[in-house]
This record gives sequence, structure tokens and C-alpha cells, in this order.
Amino acid sequence: MPDSPKTTTTTSLEKAAVTDRDAIDSEITSADLDLVEPITGATATEPAKARRSRTPFGWYLAWFWIAAIVISAIFAPLLPLWDPAVPDYNNVFGGITPQHWLGGDTLGRDNLSRIIYGARASLLVGLCAVLLGAIVGGILGMVAGYFRGRTERVLALITDVVLAFPGLVLIIAIVAILGASLTNLIVGLAILSVPTFIRLSRATTLVVTQREFVQAARAYGCRPMRIILREIAPNVVMPVAAYGFIMVGVFIVVEGSLSFLGLGIPPPTPSWGGMIAGGRTQLIEYPHISLIPAAVMFLTVLSINYVGERSRKLFEVRESNL
Amino acid sequence: MRPTTPQAEKAPTTAAPGRHARREGFEDGALLTVEDVHVRFHTRNGVVHAVEGVSLELSEGEVLAVVGESGSGKTVFTRRVMGLIAGSRDTEVSGTVTFDGITLSELDAKGLSKVWGKEIALVLQDPMTSLNPVKRIGAQITETLILHQKLSKQDANARAIELLRSVGLSEPERRVRQYPHELSGGMRQRVTIAIALSCSPRLLLADEPTTALDVTVQAQILDLLGDLQSRLGMAMLLVTHDLRVVRSRSDRIAVMYAGRIVETAPTKDLFDSPRMPYTEALMNAVPPITGPNHVRLAVIPGRPPDLLAPPKGCRFSPRCPYAQDRCLTEEPPLRDAADLPDGSAVEHSYRCWYPVGTPENAEARRVNVERGETAAGTPVTGEMVPA
Amino acid sequence: MAEMTISTPPTTAAPPGETPGKAPRGGRRKAAVRRVRRRLVHLLIVLIAVTFLSFVVIDLLPGDAAVVVAGDNATPAQVAQVRTDLGLDRPMLVRYVDWLGGVVTGDLGRSFRTGQPVTEALAQRIPVTFELTIIAQVLALLIAVPLAIYSAYRPGRFVDRTSMTLGFGAAAMPQFVFGMVLIVLFAGGLTSILPATGYTSFFTDPLGNLRTIILPCLTLMIAEAAVYRQLLRSDMISTLQEDYILMARSKGLGPRTILLRHALRPSSFSLITLSGVNIGRLLGGTVIVETLFAIPGLGQMIVQAVFNRDYMLLQGGLLFVAVAYVVINMIIDLLYLVLDPRVRRDA
Repeated sequence: MPDSPKTTTTTSLEKAAVTDRDAIDSEITSADLDLVEPITGATATEPAKARRSRTPFGWYLAWFWIAAIVISAIFAPLLPLWDPAVPDYNNVFGGITPQHWLGGDTLGRDNLSRIIYGARASLLVGLCAVLLGAIVGGILGMVAGYFRGRTERVLALITDVVLAFPGLVLIIAIVAILGASLTNLIVGLAILSVPTFIRLSRATTLVVTQREFVQAARAYGCRPMRIILREIAPNVVMPVAAYGFIMVGVFIVVEGSLSFLGLGIPPPTPSWGGMIAGGRTQLIEYPHISLIPAAVMFLTVLSINYVGERSRKLFEVRESNL
Repeated sequence: MRPTTPQAEKAPTTAAPGRHARREGFEDGALLTVEDVHVRFHTRNGVVHAVEGVSLELSEGEVLAVVGESGSGKTVFTRRVMGLIAGSRDTEVSGTVTFDGITLSELDAKGLSKVWGKEIALVLQDPMTSLNPVKRIGAQITETLILHQKLSKQDANARAIELLRSVGLSEPERRVRQYPHELSGGMRQRVTIAIALSCSPRLLLADEPTTALDVTVQAQILDLLGDLQSRLGMAMLLVTHDLRVVRSRSDRIAVMYAGRIVETAPTKDLFDSPRMPYTEALMNAVPPITGPNHVRLAVIPGRPPDLLAPPKGCRFSPRCPYAQDRCLTEEPPLRDAADLPDGSAVEHSYRCWYPVGTPENAEARRVNVERGETAAGTPVTGEMVPA
Repeated sequence: MAEMTISTPPTTAAPPGETPGKAPRGGRRKAAVRRVRRRLVHLLIVLIAVTFLSFVVIDLLPGDAAVVVAGDNATPAQVAQVRTDLGLDRPMLVRYVDWLGGVVTGDLGRSFRTGQPVTEALAQRIPVTFELTIIAQVLALLIAVPLAIYSAYRPGRFVDRTSMTLGFGAAAMPQFVFGMVLIVLFAGGLTSILPATGYTSFFTDPLGNLRTIILPCLTLMIAEAAVYRQLLRSDMISTLQEDYILMARSKGLGPRTILLRHALRPSSFSLITLSGVNIGRLLGGTVIVETLFAIPGLGQMIVQAVFNRDYMLLQGGLLFVAVAYVVINMIIDLLYLVLDPRVRRDA
């Protein structure tokens, strides 16, 4: 090459100049996908090197953490752990020892064991509530988006009413009515998440319904239920699932918040929120009792958010023609 | 980078003075000189060679039309000329662009912004998207006046109304307070022209200024541009995919194909004797206004080349009816038409081994018709190729 | 809910009308009036539905308010007397209509527990929560908007990456955990420069007020700032790819003008929607923060009312929260009229 390429710093303003119809569309997407990569391997000092979208290291790290939590939660009874419910008076406020890797809590129960058993409760609440909410909300949203008209207006009103309640107050009321238990928590959280899933599913359905294959199915005279299940649902599932994934993280936090208020999964069943709340009174003297489960919760939610955000970008339906 | 013969590449810029067929009243010497400009985009699918070794020259007050299909690199080229596309880690640029003695390609963003809007202005293809939807028409015109001409807000506003009137908008006093969505497409394009001309630039880059408009409005806008161009005496680079558009409205035409200039000539000369088969094909694809109805139009077979993997040899060879073996392996340089037996003494260069109107071309045509396909395997019949 | 800000729910704003044409002179005002009217009807329906639903929910709450109010040692006769006094012996529907009649005249009843008029209790609690909400929102926007603009201007560079990484962390941090960490850091454990709990009114002691709300506001705003930055940044990046930004560049305008004058406003629609939704949510949902920092706000009041079976107080609190939510949504809707001239035409 006779002349060296001139390199300057690029701003997105300059990048924008490239993205015209006459040029190449891939520029836009390559710039766009960078959004979800907090740290990419590409260096700015290497000019004009073809940048491939490398999967960032964090992606594997996040999956590794999620897998570790899920697997240890599933196989908790098989692991050589202390009984999470049995107090050990030699281990009250215990520090990190070879016997108790993460120390003991205010009653001397083993922290590691309680974190792993607590993961069962936290994950169960999060997963079941999201599954329930996503299925109900997803179906209602598709119905609203497909039929429009009165159905849509009624559902919009219901959505608005539920959203007009402060979420935490609603769940507190539900738990107060039904009593604090795992099932009631799941039902309460599911109710809370339904409106958001309705909105997401409806928005996606509106876009999908405009597509040719749905219009064609309509023109053939397919029955609406068949169109919704066969044509629309497969397209709605991915965005709803990606969003639901993030909601699992949200619900893990909400369960923690409720435990913090004393309304979570009742003791002695260990849950992360309960552990954090339990150590609160000794926060200054023995911070590890609260902060270790807090860190585990944080890392789990972080991993879920990270994975969810990345996959959500991939399945996002453009809302341009809404 | 594919080596190019420097002499051939620079042919248009270093032609002997006697060959220049300039209109009277224009001082000699180029306003804009583009030399060996390359633009490459590094994408995840590979390297896109959007513009390759383009050289051009534009005199003061001259209208140069850049014609090509979509994907030929003409828009990227225009933006590179202006400096809107700069080098970055995934955009590779080279070559020089000189405007009125200033080397634009060496200026930084700050230096460029002093030229943009003031000396060089741009009109984009789609007036629906090129005006800011949340700003009033007036504000979008006055901001350049305030920035470059240091006018007060009041003076700028008065000038904006004047400008809108000069581009033929009715009720300019009302228009300045309106938002883009309240105007029709043609009206919006008039507004973008008013914005472009607000500081009386010496060079206007019009990138397909009428493509997005209704056919009935297209001629109006083109006439307006031509009118303003001659009145203000500015040079214009008119980018289009439509040869008809430029026939009566340009002094010179450069035909682009796959990132390269494949032919450049004064407008009349190009229409009289196109040398590059691609130019010829473009002309045949346009229905003659005076011709009979319901005539089958000549189509150019195949599709524009993939700029990620451009064909070897001549970029047009896969679609060219005259293609021979040489065309598939060896890329022709830009050659001067004056060297041809019947070449006129004007600045006309082309990029072809078998230029139209020569015995070599006739021979190539005969060979291809005889075997029923070109060297690239494209089927050829006698009626497809004009004798 | 308070923590539900990690991922933005899809907001579906009506698309602007595209058909060009002449807009009537008074179109802006007329469109606004029409919008307000339509919204008011919607508001009324939502309010009635919300209050009725909360009546039903409260009616389902286990435990007898009369027993709670009469005290542990009350005889059945006393309990019955209290029940009659409170009007709890009447059917739920009658009580609802009665209450609704009171609402129209501005009477929300009295707290079962303390006998304090509900309106008075609200008047004490609302300003506290309002202060927290607004300051937290302003802080979140003050941090998020400049970061988002700069990140959108130079995506993938230091500021963008750093703020994105920190933002991911902030969004994954549960409020009660972050609040606890702040307490350890600033109010006890390591240093003791700020009070851990309590609230001082601005009118009795402005400086004391500032000291007591710093930590709660930080706790409230951190996750929101992260979400706002992410949202505005991605909207801004897509705006910067618009033709009119290219046009603005070709006019010779500097990056500052382009970012602030041309790109910010068209990019801010979803941010404003989300911020509005969050204000509406926070007004009733700063429960965690108010509990953690012992701040006598609305959220704390509502939770206590649930625990105490103080129906009238709870009902009043929920009414306010629902009104706030709907009114704020209406304000956002009207704000679009100002921000996006295209909306003014349809409606």
C-alpha cells in the first residue's frame, strides 16, 4: 500500500456518516452490538483491523457462576454440608475456619450451607414466579395484540390498575392475606409481573402481526387461536423469555427485600434475603454474616442481568412501527 | 491494494490544458481536486472496498454529475470528499482532497467544520429524514447563519425568510415557525436546499437530491438547483443513479461502478460516444422519450458486484456483453479516449479493454454472439447487444 | 415496585403522525385539551378500579380490625361495640360507597389506630416521601444524562466502558444491601459522619435535613442512574445515526451543539417516560429505604397500616399513590406535546 491509512479518533458522529443506504448496513449493527459488550478485546491502537465480535470473557464467567449456583442448589442434599438449620454454639458469629468455610451466623449455623440451601429458595421463587407470570402475561398480551379493540382496552385497564398499586405494597398485602409461604410468594410475585409481560408480549405481537406470514395466514382463513399459537407465539417467546430471564434476578432481589421486611420465606428455611436481614443487627461488629450472602446475591443478579441483557438485545423486536 | 498505473489514474487531472473544453467566463484551475481516494470499511464479514482510487477535478462554477447504481460507492465517495467519513479503526481512508488550496483530507474535525456549511454544503437524498423533526424550520436555517456569518438572531431570521422565498416556498414568514412534518417532501427538500445555500457555498454536494421525491416534484427541484447553481456561480457535484436527470443539467459526467470511476467525459461527449460498455448499458436501460411505446427495455444482466469480494479483472466483466478472457484477469486502467482512432479532442477517459465504437469491440461482440455467451459465462444474443 | 428498575419495561408511546400537511394555528392547545380530557376519563376509571380493588383486598386481610383496635383484653361485647363504631358491621359495598362519598368531599376518614384524620396523616407523610423521590430523581438524571451523552459520543471508550461496568454493578445491587453498605461506610462502621437513621424536617433544620436524606437518596438513585444512562445512551446512539445529524455536521456545527441541541431532545422520549413512571412508583414505593433509614414517609405508613389492619389509613395511602401514578402519567403525556411537535397534530 503506497500510503498509510490516516487514523483519527472516531466518534459516533463520524461513524454515522458511514451508515447510509448506499454503503453497508453491517456498520450499524457492528456499532450497535458493541453496546452489550462492556469490555471487548479490540484495541483502538490497532488501526483498520477487522473487528470480529468476540464473545466477551464476562459472558462465560456469568454463565459459570449461574451454573455453579444452580447445580449446587439442586444437589445440595448430596453435598458434604452442615445441616443449615442446626445451630452450633461453638460457631456463633464464627469466622472463616477449615470447618466452616464462610463462618457461622448469629445462631452459629453454617453460612456456606445456608447460602447453598438458600439458593434453592431464592431460585425457586424467582423461576416459578417468572414462569407463571410470563405464561399468563404472554398469552394475554398476544390476545390483546392480535384482537385489538375491546379486548385490548380491557387488558390495558387491568394492566394500569395493577401498575397503579405500588408493587411492594401489593405483594406485602398479598403475603399478609395469604400468609408468608413459598407458594404465596410465588403467586404474589407472578401477579406483579403479569402487567409487564402483557405489555411486552402485546408490543411484540403488534409487530409480528404486520408481517407477511401472519397476514397470509389470516387471508387463508386460519382460526385466530391457530394463528396465535402457530405463527405469533414462536416469535413472542424469545423476547418474553429474554426479559423473563432478567426478571428472575429482579425477583431474587424482591424476595430478599421482603425477607428484609420480615415478610419473606419464614424461618428456619434459609433464604438469602433472610440471611442478610438476620445479620443486620450485627452489621458493624460481624459484617460477614450479612455481607457474604449479600455478595452472593449481588453476583447472581449481576450474572443474570448480564446474560439477560446480552440475549435480550439479540431477540429485540424493533418497535419502530408501533 | 491493487496496484494502479499512476499515469492512468491521474489522467483527468493532468490532461493538457488545450483539451479542456470549459465554458466561457470561468477562470482556469480547479476548485476541488480529488486524487486517488480510497475508502475501505472493515466489517466482520470482511473488507468492503467502497471507493477505490477515484480521482476527479471540479472547476469553479462547474456541474459534475457522478452517476452509478446503488452500491457503486458514490455516496461514500461524496462523504469522503467532504470529510464526513474519516479514518478510524474500522474505516480506512487514503488519498487527498484539496478544496481551494486547502487539503481537506488533512484537516481535523475542527478545521473541517469551518469549511462545512460555509464553503461546502450538502443536500441529502431524503428530505423526510434530513431535517431535525423537533426543531423549527427557521432555527435549522438560522443556526448556520449565526455560526458562520455571525449574524444576530433577528438578522438571521430575516435572512432565513429571504432564503425560503428564493427557493420558491410560499408564505416564508409562516414556514420558519413550522416543523418539518408540517411540510410536504418537495417543500422539505426546498428547505434543505435553502439551508445548504444559506452561506453561499462555493461547492454544493447534492447526493441524489430527488430520488426520494415524487416524479412530478423531481424536475422542479432539479431545475431549482440548476437555477441557483448558475445564479450563485457555485460548483456542484450532483450524485445520481439516473442518467436522464443529468443530461441537460451537468457539464461533465463521471460514471462510477463498484467503487471506481469507469468513464468520465463532458456530458455531450459521453452521450454521443460512450466508451465503457457499462455506460452504454446504462443509456440503453433508459427508455427513449421519442421512441415507440411498449418496447422491451434493455436490462443489464446480473447484479452489482459484491464489494466484499469484487470480481477479478474488470469489475463489470461478469455483466458485460463484450467480456473476453483478458477482462476476467486484468483490470483495465483509465485510458484517454483521445488516443482512439475516432476520439475527439476532449477530456474523456474510460476503463475498458474493448471500448465501444472500436474495431476491437466489434470483434469481441462477434465472438461472444457466436459462442452464445461471454468469457464470464453470461448468455449473449444478437438482439441484446446494439450493433 | 421500588427495585424493579433494573430492566426497563417496554414503553409503547404512540408513534407520531407522518402525514405532512397544514396544522391549524390553535392545534397545539386543542390537542392538549383533547388529550387531557381523554386522560381524565381514563384516570377516573383507574382510580375507581384501584380503590375498589383495595377495598376488596383489605376486606380479605385476615384478622379483625375491631379486635386489633379494641385491644387484647377486650370482651366480645366491647369488640362488637368497636365494630359498630367503626362501621365495620356493614357490607363491604356499602362501606365502599360511603368512603367514596367521603373522598369526593375531601374526607378520607380517621385512622382506626390513632383516630388521626387520614388527610392529616397524609399531609405529614407525603412531603417526606416527595422530597426523597424528587431529590433522588434529580440526582440520578444529573449523573446519568452527561454520562450518557458522552458515552454515546464516544462509544466503547473509557467513559462509556467504565460507566457501563459500574452501571451493571449498580443495577444488580439490591437497595437494602446498598443501603446497609452505605450505613457501614458512613454511619457507624468505618466513619460516622452521617446519621444512620432518622429524619429531620427541612423547616426545622435545613442542614440536619440534608444530613438525614443524603444516604437514603443515594440508595434510591444509584440503580436508576445506571438504567437511565443505559437507556439514553442507546437512544442517543441511534439518533446520531439519523440523516439530520449528518446534515447538522455538514453545516459545520460543533459536536457540543449537535449533541445538546440536535440529538438530545429526540433521544429523550423514553428516558422521560421511564423517569416519570419511576417517580410515580417511588412516591408509594420507597418502603425499603424508609424502613432501613427509619424515615417517616408514605411507604412506611402504608406498610405499618397493613400490619396494624388500619384500613382507613391504608385506603387513603393507596388512593394517593394511585392518583400520583395516574397524574404523573398524564403529565408525561402532555410533556410529549412540548418535546415532540409531531405528536401535536394527531390525537
